[in-house]
Amino acid sequence: MSSDGTELALRVSGLQRRYGPRWVLRGLDLQVGRGEFVVLLGESGCGKTTLLRALAGLDPVDGGHIDGPRRPAVVFQEPRLLPWDVLWRNVALGLDERSGRALAEAALTEVGLGDRLEEWPHRLSGGQAQRVALARALVREPRLLLLDEPFAALDALTRLRMHELVRQLVARHQPGVLLVTHDVDEAIALAHRVLVVRDGLVAAAYPVSQEQRRHRGAAEALRRQLLSELGVDGDLPDSVSSSLIPRKVYA
Amino acid sequence: MNQACSPPGTPFEAVAAPSRSPARGWRFPGGPGRDAALRLLSWAVPVLLLLIWEAAARLGGLSPQVLPAPSKVALTAWKLILQGRLLSDLGASLLRAAAGFVIGGALGLALGTAVGFSRLAEALFDRSVQMLRAIPFLALLPLVIVWFGVDEAGKIFLVSLGVLFPIYINTVLGIRQVDPKLLELGRVTGLSTWALVRRIVLPGALPSVLAGVRYALAVAWLALVIAETLATTTGIGYLAMDAREFLRTDVIVLTVLIYALIGVGSDALARALERRCLRWHPNYAARGRA
Repeated sequence: MSSDGTELALRVSGLQRRYGPRWVLRGLDLQVGRGEFVVLLGESGCGKTTLLRALAGLDPVDGGHIDGPRRPAVVFQEPRLLPWDVLWRNVALGLDERSGRALAEAALTEVGLGDRLEEWPHRLSGGQAQRVALARALVREPRLLLLDEPFAALDALTRLRMHELVRQLVARHQPGVLLVTHDVDEAIALAHRVLVVRDGLVAAAYPVSQEQRRHRGAAEALRRQLLSELGVDGDLPDSVSSSLIPRKVYA
Repeated sequence: MNQACSPPGTPFEAVAAPSRSPARGWRFPGGPGRDAALRLLSWAVPVLLLLIWEAAARLGGLSPQVLPAPSKVALTAWKLILQGRLLSDLGASLLRAAAGFVIGGALGLALGTAVGFSRLAEALFDRSVQMLRAIPFLALLPLVIVWFGVDEAGKIFLVSLGVLFPIYINTVLGIRQVDPKLLELGRVTGLSTWALVRRIVLPGALPSVLAGVRYALAVAWLALVIAETLATTTGIGYLAMDAREFLRTDVIVLTVLIYALIGVGSDALARALERRCLRWHPNYAARGRA
């Protein structure tokens, strides 16, 4: 149980990981509640992807505890669809052969691709492929969903649509979500809580209100604060990351 | 049009701008009609050569001992079919090739999968297989006859040996080229080792394996021709050797043609297999539509 009484999806304590002499994670602590959307924000090389790979069971750790599902669902930066399987078989990967198709069809319908069950992956756009990857992650009803910069390769408009879709899916399925990004605007648009990761530790935590998620104006102070946490001068009216997103979409 | 001085639609314009589409209309039929014409042309040349051959044989320019007329060869084929010899010999040859291909192919695929997938299997087998591969397998022919006599087993052994290596090498290569990111995905999804091999490793290696199959088919025929001409009492090769004793050039030419046809047929089969199994692949899908 977390401090506010909700069920925990993940508790990480004192997590350590090093590559040779360099410590990438230096005793990192972290909690994610069921249905909570936590965003890890940090520069490249701060340890956030290392953390996510350790949580996914892909890399070993050198110390600390992970208390969470043994097999969380993961969406990577690339869709990683099997090119030799049609969409529904991609989504049903690892599921029971008999019930797989019905579950995959339901999951693909949820991401708006219910009419393309028999399509080959190479016919999809980048955004569509990433939607299939989302369906594949959610079809198992995971307790914990790990998202490793899943929208970084998409164009700005598609990214906004994906944000909306992910928000809906998370609200409906209520997994604990841990999203890794270096995009401040993405963090604010999605997170209940933003954790700034620096030097292998959680350096700061910022709760994000619904008002701040919905209205860009309400989040301006938070945005400047997060940018300065990343070492970007807060006086810049439009940083590199936020200039990609047209303002009127948020208005 | 940049020729503003000439009124549109005059013959002059068509001649002056030959690369533009209106000009193409009268120079060559366009679209599907043009494709059909080119296809016809590509078949016309071999048919013409055949006709020249026939004419040369009939007019006495070619001795029947050297090269009998195509019509004579066709007639011989028909007679041999009526005697029941041609089909039974063809069946014997096809059976040998199929048996050798299945045995060698299965062995190559299994070994290749193990070596491509596991470092331990690589340490155990790869060096030995590579050493055996250095032997030109046809050089083993005298040894094979000593071991197996003129029996079926020797011929099947030789075909298996010829097929094994190309399939082994292409399987190992194909598995090494499987995208590690997809393997990672398989692990995250919690696939068992067997499911990982079946759903990700083998499908990913398939384009390379099928390229190996096509090459192996050619090797299988080569092995069979050699094996059948040396020691046998049935099969297409035997038919040829038997005919040599009696100077039946028409039968020899017929056997050569049959070998060629089988080669063409097996290659077509392999390509059909590729189109079927690699439907998902953009390159093969495009070729399939063309």
